[in-house]
Amino acid sequence: MHLTREEEDILNGEHGASAAKAMEILAALGKIFNAEKLIPVTSAQISGVSYKTIGDAGLEFLENFAKDGRVRIPSYLNPSGMDLEEWESMGFPKEFARKQMKIIRAYQKMGVEATCTCTPYLIGILPKRGEHIAWSESSAVIFANSALGARTNRESGISALASAITGKTPYFGYHLDENRVAEVVVNVKAKLEDLSDFGALGIYAGAIAKQRVVAFEGIDTVTVDEVKTLGAALAASGAVALFFIKGITDEWRVVGRPERVEFGVGELKRTREELSSSKDAELIAVGCPHCSLEEIREIAEKVRGKKLKRKLWVCTARKIKIKVDKLGLTKIIEDAGGRIVSDTCMVVCPLEDIGFERTAVNSGKAAHYLPSFCKQKVLFGSLKDILK
Amino acid sequence: MKGRAISKGKAEGEALVSREAISFLGEVDTKTGVVVNPKHPLFNKCIADKVLVFPRGRGSTVGSYALYQLRKNGKAPKAIINEEAEIIVAVGAIISEIPMVDKLEKKGFKLIKNGSKVLVDGNKGVVEVMK
Repeated sequence: MHLTREEEDILNGEHGASAAKAMEILAALGKIFNAEKLIPVTSAQISGVSYKTIGDAGLEFLENFAKDGRVRIPSYLNPSGMDLEEWESMGFPKEFARKQMKIIRAYQKMGVEATCTCTPYLIGILPKRGEHIAWSESSAVIFANSALGARTNRESGISALASAITGKTPYFGYHLDENRVAEVVVNVKAKLEDLSDFGALGIYAGAIAKQRVVAFEGIDTVTVDEVKTLGAALAASGAVALFFIKGITDEWRVVGRPERVEFGVGELKRTREELSSSKDAELIAVGCPHCSLEEIREIAEKVRGKKLKRKLWVCTARKIKIKVDKLGLTKIIEDAGGRIVSDTCMVVCPLEDIGFERTAVNSGKAAHYLPSFCKQKVLFGSLKDILK
Repeated sequence: MKGRAISKGKAEGEALVSREAISFLGEVDTKTGVVVNPKHPLFNKCIADKVLVFPRGRGSTVGSYALYQLRKNGKAPKAIINEEAEIIVAVGAIISEIPMVDKLEKKGFKLIKNGSKVLVDGNKGVVEVMK
């Protein structure tokens, strides 16, 4: 792989030890994936923030890297393992919180903005069509590629950090036109009535597609939240990084003889059943990926004036919480016994250590991950169902 | 044997060979360096200070940090030779400063025997087998 003079200088340590290591990582990835060169990226979105997922090794690495590592481009964080302000009243262990704050501070020292959200695109971070970026949260990657038309591979937390420090990424995969072609076409015959149906569709199609690009036919209209939920599920049950919807996404390219599958009423019903392993729950958790303002408004409407018999977490970006507070929606939800949770979500926080065993969700992605990540039994249903 | 330089540095040691992929997250105890998966061919073997020879890594990308943890605990391999590198082990080796080479010429990967003395040069991408 070709490196420019400037890139060679970084590799040889002229911009510090961390920058050299970052360049070594990108050069190695370039070699592994046969990239001809590195290209500039305009932003980085970094996963590997929760102490629960990266542990002491991750913390030590980041603190060491932060000694002289500084970002060159706007860089943002994925959700952490707890609400950075409300962790104590939510029952998070003190030691966990101490380590989590150290991780956040290491990233901040490098110049990474502690957005702590998986939906940067809902708080104004909107790369344009054709823009090259290095994002690592799988649901944000697939949204940026599919809905925004930006270009990113599914980076790991470390490779996205390396891109943040150098401003570069290897030129391969979804940065190239030739790989932005669907090999699986899903004909959607079932009527998708609720966000949870979009999640179920994503789980079903992702398991078939694995790492391939998916093209959907038969979906007439979608909201931002539906695209968000569909993509998150595709990227969870499969390693999908890009999908098209006929008549909706700008991009639409399909190989000559794609694999064709149908998603009918039977597939929808079966997938929904497979995602559920419980009839009841101690916790209702919404916001995987993080809730938009519209979703929180809908939840507030549904719980207004009621008293919930179960705990309710509404997970969202801190910036959206601030807005929700101002609009009076937080009070409505709190009066019903729920709470708005920021900086984290039910998947990356230690739910099992806080004492929950069964969680109700309307997200296909959350239903897919909660049994293994947080040892939860899952009640999967529509927002209306789970609030009941 | 000429190969591809993946992670910088130079080290010499005894080869520990696995014909199966390794996931450092979960399959290796990061405190002791011992392979704990009973189904793995290297079960109960310690990878510390060896030149670890295996086809490739697998599992979650968080596995890169497991290699780093092994290094911090003094239980990391001295060097790594892969048949063909993938990102988890490559990134793990780089952040842990473990020399690593892959894609040896003339099927060299298959010629390295358990217990051989091996020199790995991750700067030049060269492996020497000294018996």
